[in-house]
Amino acid sequence: MSVTALVGRGLVSRASERDGRGGADRVLPVREELLPLLPWQGLRRGATVAVAAEGAPGSSSLLLALIAEAARDGSWCAVAGVAGLGVSAAAELGIDLGRLALVPRPGAEWMTVTAALLDGLEIVAVRPPGPIPPKLAQRLAARAKQRGSVLISYGSWAGADVTLRVTDQTWHGLGSGRGRLRSRELAVTSHGRGSATRHRGVQMWLPAREAVAAERLPHDAAGSPASITARAVTTARAVTTARVVMAPETVERAS
Amino acid sequence: MSDGASVVKGVDTTRVLAVWCPDWPVLAAVIDEGCPPQSPVAVVAAGKVAACSAQARVEGVRRGLRQREAQARCPELIVLHHDPDRDARAFEPVLAAVEQLAPPAAALRPGLCAIAARGPARYFGGERQAAELLVDHVADSSGVECQIGVADGIFAASHAARAGVIVPAGRSAEFLAPLDVAALDRPELVDVLRRLGIRALGAFAALPHVDVFARFGADAALAHRLARGLDPRPLAARAVPPDLTVVTDLEPPAERVDTAAFAARAQAEELHRKLARHGLACTRLVIEAHTENGEELTREWRHDGALSAADIADRVRWQLDGWLSGSTRADRPTAGVARLRLTPEGLVAQGGLQLGLWGDAGRGADRAHRALSRVQGLLGPDAVVTGVASGGRGPAEQVRWVPWGDERRPRRPPEQPWPGKLPAPAPALVCPEPLPAMVYGPDARSVGVNGRHLLTAPLCRVAIDGEPAVEVTSWAGPWPVDERWWAPAEAQRRARFQVCLADGRALLLALVSGRWQVEAVYD
Repeated sequence: MSVTALVGRGLVSRASERDGRGGADRVLPVREELLPLLPWQGLRRGATVAVAAEGAPGSSSLLLALIAEAARDGSWCAVAGVAGLGVSAAAELGIDLGRLALVPRPGAEWMTVTAALLDGLEIVAVRPPGPIPPKLAQRLAARAKQRGSVLISYGSWAGADVTLRVTDQTWHGLGSGRGRLRSRELAVTSHGRGSATRHRGVQMWLPAREAVAAERLPHDAAGSPASITARAVTTARAVTTARVVMAPETVERAS
Repeated sequence: MSDGASVVKGVDTTRVLAVWCPDWPVLAAVIDEGCPPQSPVAVVAAGKVAACSAQARVEGVRRGLRQREAQARCPELIVLHHDPDRDARAFEPVLAAVEQLAPPAAALRPGLCAIAARGPARYFGGERQAAELLVDHVADSSGVECQIGVADGIFAASHAARAGVIVPAGRSAEFLAPLDVAALDRPELVDVLRRLGIRALGAFAALPHVDVFARFGADAALAHRLARGLDPRPLAARAVPPDLTVVTDLEPPAERVDTAAFAARAQAEELHRKLARHGLACTRLVIEAHTENGEELTREWRHDGALSAADIADRVRWQLDGWLSGSTRADRPTAGVARLRLTPEGLVAQGGLQLGLWGDAGRGADRAHRALSRVQGLLGPDAVVTGVASGGRGPAEQVRWVPWGDERRPRRPPEQPWPGKLPAPAPALVCPEPLPAMVYGPDARSVGVNGRHLLTAPLCRVAIDGEPAVEVTSWAGPWPVDERWWAPAEAQRRARFQVCLADGRALLLALVSGRWQVEAVYD
C-alpha cells in the first residue's frame, strides 16, 4: 500500500495539513465564504497568509473579512502600515474595535514592530512598504510559527502559505445619479504551497446579501438567495491532482 | 479598614439634619396652582402617577399607576403635570425659612435639604429642640409641613427624615439596617443584591468591605459605605508629593540597554516602594534620561491599570531600548545615559483601580498589552491606536483614534441620530489626507454644484491625484452637508458623491468649496 493510499484513507496526513483537522484550538475561525480558499478549515496559527493589494480593488475589505470571525471570537488583532483603515467598516463586519490595534505608520522599523506584535497578538496584518528580501520574510514567518500567531501580509510576501487575491469587484445599488452602494460581489482566488497548491476561487458578497435584501431597491432585485452562499470553484489550473487529495476515486487511479 | 476605625471614634462623621417635605411634587403643584388643600391631587409624568397627596392615597391612588386607572379609582382626582422647574421654584421659600434659623442649607433635590446639625443643636439646646423649632418655623413662614431627621451623614439623615426620627450619634448603621436595599438608589446593584438574597441594608453592610469592592467595583464600595452609615468619600486623584521622583546617576554612563536596564530595575522597585509607602499607585510614568552630552529625552507612559514594579521596570527597559538601540532614529542620543529620572503621575489610591472580573480583559489580553506597549516604546505612545466609534456624518468623523492604553471615549456620542450620515456599508479605506481629484462632465469640463445643490453636469470621468482620468460607470449624489455653521472654526460645507469607476474601484468623493477630493475608498 502506497503512502498516497494511506493518505486517502485518512490513516496518515501530510505534514502541511497537520493541523487542519484535529486540534480546533490551533485554527482560528474565518467566515464561511472564505473557507474553501484556505487549506486549514480556518486560519492556522503560525501560518503566513498574503492578501494581494496592488491593482485589486476590494482587498482591504477582504483583509478585514479574513480577520473578522477570529476577532469576533475574541482574538487580538493588529494591523500595521495601513494608514486610514476604515474601522467603521471593521465594526460592521463584527470586529471588536477595542481589540483591533492599529500601527498606521511603523516607518523604517516595521520589521521590528511586526516581530514585537507577533509576540503578543494572535493575528498580525502588516503592509510591507516595498518588496522584502526572502530571508527577512522567512524570519518573520518563522517568528509567527514559533509564537503561534497568524501573519497576514497586505501585499505580496515571498513564501506565504496561501496568497489570496481579489480578481473582480462589482458594486451593486448605484445608478446614474441615484441609489447608493449597497453590496458588492467579490471574486477571490487563492493559491499557495503545500496542500494549497491548487488554485481555488470563490464568489462572495460583502456585506452579505441577506443584510441588504430587506431594503432592496426595485432595480436591485437580481440577486437570488442561492447567491448568498459561497460557491467553491475549482479553476482549470488544477495541475497537481496526485498531490492533493480530493476524492477517493482520484486516489484509486493514482495508486 | 483604617477609615472604619476612625469613624467609630466619631472623628470624621458629621451630624446632619435633613428637612424632608413628603409628596413634594404634589405640594409644589398645590402651592403653584392654588388647588383646595384637602382635595385628592396626583402629579402625573409620562402618563403615570409620579406622586399623590394623602387624600388620593386613601382613595387607592398609588405611585406608578396609569393616569386613567388612577382617575377610575378616584373620579374627583385633580391631575397635574409634573414640572421639575416648578418643584425647585416652590422649594425656594422652604430653603429660605430653614436658613433663617440655621446655617446655609444644601438642597439635595426639591423637597429635601440638609444642614450641619452641630450649630443649631448647640444654639437651641439640643437636636430635638432645633428640629421642633425648624418644623414650626417652616410651617409658619412657608405654609409647608415638613419632617426632620438627624443622623450621621447625609444618606442616613435623609432616611431618618422620612421616618421623622433622631438617630443617636454612631448608631446610623443600626437605624439603616432594616431598610430595603432599594434605598441605595442604584437599580443594577440592588437587582444583583436581591438575587443574592440580600434584601436589607444591614445584610449588605455585613459583607466585608474589601470583598464588595473586589466583586462589584468602586461604586458599590461607595454604596457599601452608605449602608454602613458612613459618608461616601470618592477616590480622588491627588497632587504628587514632591519626593516621589526617583533619580539615579549612572557612573560610568550606560551605553548599552542592558546596563541601563539593570539600573532601571532597582530604580523601578524603589519607586514602587515609595508609592506603596504612601498608599498610592501611578497610572502614568514619565521617564527622563540625560546623556553625558547634555541631551534630555522624555517620554510619558500611560497605562489603564496601576503600574506594578515589574510594569515600571518593563516600561523603562522598553523605553531605553527604543532610545539606545533604535538604529535609524534621528534623535538617537550621542552619548551614554548618565542620569535616569522616573516621575509618577496620575496617582490613585492603591487598590482604587479594579479590573473587570471577566469581560474586557479576556484571553491573551496581558500578552497583547505587553506587545503593544513594547511597540509604543519603539515608536512613541501615539503610534499605536485603537478606533472608537464616534458620532458624525462623514467617515473621518465617525471614528476617534485613541492611543493604546488611554480611555476609549467617543468624541461625540454615536448613538444619537446623525441625519445625513453616510449610509452603510462604510468605506474600508478612509484617506487620512483627502486626495485631490478632478471630475469631468460629458463635455470634458469640470463639474460643479450650484447654490441649490444641483449638478452642472452628470459625472463622466474622474482623475485622482494626477492619474489619468477613468470612466465613471455609476454614481449618486450630491448629498449636501452643512455642518456646525454656528462655529466658524469647525464649520464645513460639502457635497458628497458615491462613484463607481470602470476599473472596479468605488470612491466617496466630496466637493468642498469648489475643489473635488477623494474622502474614502470603498476598497
